[in-house]
Amino acid sequence: MSQPVLDVRDLRIALNGDPDAQVVKGIDLKIHAGETMCLVGESGSGKSLTSLATMGLLPSVLKPIAGSISLGGEELLTASPRRLRQLRATDMAMIFQEPMTALNPVMRVGQQIAEVLDAHSSMVGSDRRKRVLEMMEHVHLPDVARIYNSFPHQLSGGQRQRIMIAMALVLKPRLLIADEPTTALDVTTQAQILKLIRELREEQGTAVLFITHDMGVVSEIADDVTVLKLGEVMEVQKVDALLRTPRTQYSRDLLKAVPSLIPREPRPALADAVPALETKDLRKVYATATLFGGKKETVAAKDVTLNLQPGRTLGIVGESGSGKSTVARCIVRLIEPTAGSVQVSGTEIATIPQAQLKPHRKRVQIVFQDPFRSLNPRIEVGESIIEGPTNFGVSRADAMKRARELLELVGLPASAVDRFPHQFSGGQRQRIAIARALAMDPDLLVADEAVSALDVSVQDQVLKLLDEIQSRMGIAILFITHDLRVAAQICDDVMVMQRGAVVEYGPAGEVLANPRTDYTRTLIEAAPGRHWDFGAFRPVAGVEPALG
Amino acid sequence: MTGLADTPASAPPAGPSLASRLRAIFFAGPVTSIATVMLFLIVAMAIFAPLIAPHDPIRLSPATRLKPPSAEFLLGTDAYGRDLLSRVIYGARISLIVGVGAAVFATFIGLVIGLAAGFFRRFDAILMRIVDGLMAIPSILLAIAIVALSGASLWTVLVAITIPEVPRVVRLVRSVVLSAREEPYVEAAISLGSSTPRILVRHLLPNTVPPLIVQGTYICASAILVEAILSFLGAGINPETPTWGNIMAEGRVYFPINPGIILWPGLVLSVAILSINLLGDAVRDALDPRMAKRGIDR
Repeated sequence: MSQPVLDVRDLRIALNGDPDAQVVKGIDLKIHAGETMCLVGESGSGKSLTSLATMGLLPSVLKPIAGSISLGGEELLTASPRRLRQLRATDMAMIFQEPMTALNPVMRVGQQIAEVLDAHSSMVGSDRRKRVLEMMEHVHLPDVARIYNSFPHQLSGGQRQRIMIAMALVLKPRLLIADEPTTALDVTTQAQILKLIRELREEQGTAVLFITHDMGVVSEIADDVTVLKLGEVMEVQKVDALLRTPRTQYSRDLLKAVPSLIPREPRPALADAVPALETKDLRKVYATATLFGGKKETVAAKDVTLNLQPGRTLGIVGESGSGKSTVARCIVRLIEPTAGSVQVSGTEIATIPQAQLKPHRKRVQIVFQDPFRSLNPRIEVGESIIEGPTNFGVSRADAMKRARELLELVGLPASAVDRFPHQFSGGQRQRIAIARALAMDPDLLVADEAVSALDVSVQDQVLKLLDEIQSRMGIAILFITHDLRVAAQICDDVMVMQRGAVVEYGPAGEVLANPRTDYTRTLIEAAPGRHWDFGAFRPVAGVEPALG
Repeated sequence: MTGLADTPASAPPAGPSLASRLRAIFFAGPVTSIATVMLFLIVAMAIFAPLIAPHDPIRLSPATRLKPPSAEFLLGTDAYGRDLLSRVIYGARISLIVGVGAAVFATFIGLVIGLAAGFFRRFDAILMRIVDGLMAIPSILLAIAIVALSGASLWTVLVAITIPEVPRVVRLVRSVVLSAREEPYVEAAISLGSSTPRILVRHLLPNTVPPLIVQGTYICASAILVEAILSFLGAGINPETPTWGNIMAEGRVYFPINPGIILWPGLVLSVAILSINLLGDAVRDALDPRMAKRGIDR
């Protein structure tokens, strides 16, 4: 085969250049023109550092101490900053996870693409504009003349990521590095962006280094896969071979942890129990006064009616802006519902004023998405857990005893009560947050994207924990998620929302297996890797997926 | 799933002791170390003034008017024959009381108002307009007006210096509270049924402490300067009390005869303010590592 575009050999990166503090421990990578190499691994695996080292963008405390990175035969680790600057955009380019922060918010996007041309070519005036518009059409942006003059905030997330891709590819670099480019996007947008990257790679013969933690995305886009763990290469395989016959235990565990899209067996509904949660025509409208005394109304949740029995799990699924979190926050009364009723174990709580709400607070507890922000960093874990019970008159000693039991219930040592949140990993903190919610003995637990920020293996454990707690304590769980796989694994019933309205509501098996509406069908079809049953190491029966 | 499981956290590494952490802040670099030592000397000078000062700073002695520096009067004497060195040493007392007092009062008052404005949105509109109004008046003018209205004493000067500093603290605290109240751990506390005072004290207040410590050092330096200005303008504490501003105000007329009367208190004043500001920077760097990275070695 011809010379690889990117050839990384025995790359070692260490904190402060100290050989005993290596964070990347000898990584090898080879990518040829027109190929996509996926770097897969959980947080801390060194996948992003490898890409930053290639671009010459490592933070100054991290230094490459050994190895080589060569781009088309040219060594990058020893290249001068000036040379690296020339190479960026012309020979290698990078796109990032969050296109909103990667674009300049006060500059028209067309000009931002033109700026790349200014820095690296001698194109001027109308030629330049023509080239930019051409590139924008290339990434399938609609109405390019208008978008040329738009600011980033006027575009959708998918459009912004297309602009980023246009910027990266306008000079036809030989290597494109994509660092989790679709992680912040909705599934339907993600599917479009993945398709675009595939298409451009074929057209321009670009070599793509694609970094992701999502096995579904890997199955959609990769030719070859390198699995990393804690800075070391676990294995390198063709994607099909990796998914069918992973060679290492680590890869097998990673694949097994991917939740299956095939819904779980529904549990029998209790016949005559009082529903843990019942909402009727729940509605939330945000009104903003306009300059001339008028009112502009945004309906964030429209007539949501649901019913959740004790011991069961209802999933609310939808893309960003669908209103799923609004519903959750209305139910917990973190925001005020505009109309409708919310009954928790038979008590109406939607109309109780904030000041008299306290006695009802303990019935509903919430677990948030980001475990790094949902625990007060200055307070010991034990203190955080007993805050709720002591608010309701439980003595400190009793509450602390219960906190220790709860920590053991969620799989942490009881001694964790004396530690601070920063001494725990993301998954452990989420366990603490769950313990804090359980300390109140709630009837209803609202999990607002509670596993979305976690690595897939940790996610798997937290889902199992929730399941176990539910069967032991019989609480009802309202599970808000954008991830259909997670919903399929944990929910008895599923509600699909779009732009504030309920699109479909029914048993998970029905909704996910035989969707009745186009929107649900689109969502399911956009789920990456839906043709693979990762845990079984084979394609879903009857479908032979096209890889790459 | 060995290898993937999030194993229970191992015992945390023992943090560095308080003494070594303080040393890391106040002796971070050569400039910071000098500032620490200088401020330490000035504080010691103020505390032990009666022991150090060679003469009584207030007793008039017409026989020794405007003497040049000598073995008896190391820095010479002023127009009333008082020992300049003793007056400068005693002056440190008033300056430090005013500086520390203004910093403590301004941060405390500002903290209470700022917490209320940041958390209770209804108060916010009213409180912040008052604060805006206060900020629109030049602080020296406001201070002179307050002293003129209520007569010059240490207390009125302290109040006059504190009031114009409060709005800045209010704005700082309010902005910290506004961003912290959106944190999920505050929402979690609400859903746990915690009362509003408890949320304020336990979850929001601690966030304001690091920026307040830093702001406090700047207020301290600025208050010392304002006190000196007020005294210099004759709007401060009565002229016989030794303060650095008073000494300089009297020395103005006699500058050609004994320039030391202005230069020495001016020098000590500058060193004090510079040291406090430098230490404020050091504390800020220690509390906000992002700033430290961009800063220079001090």
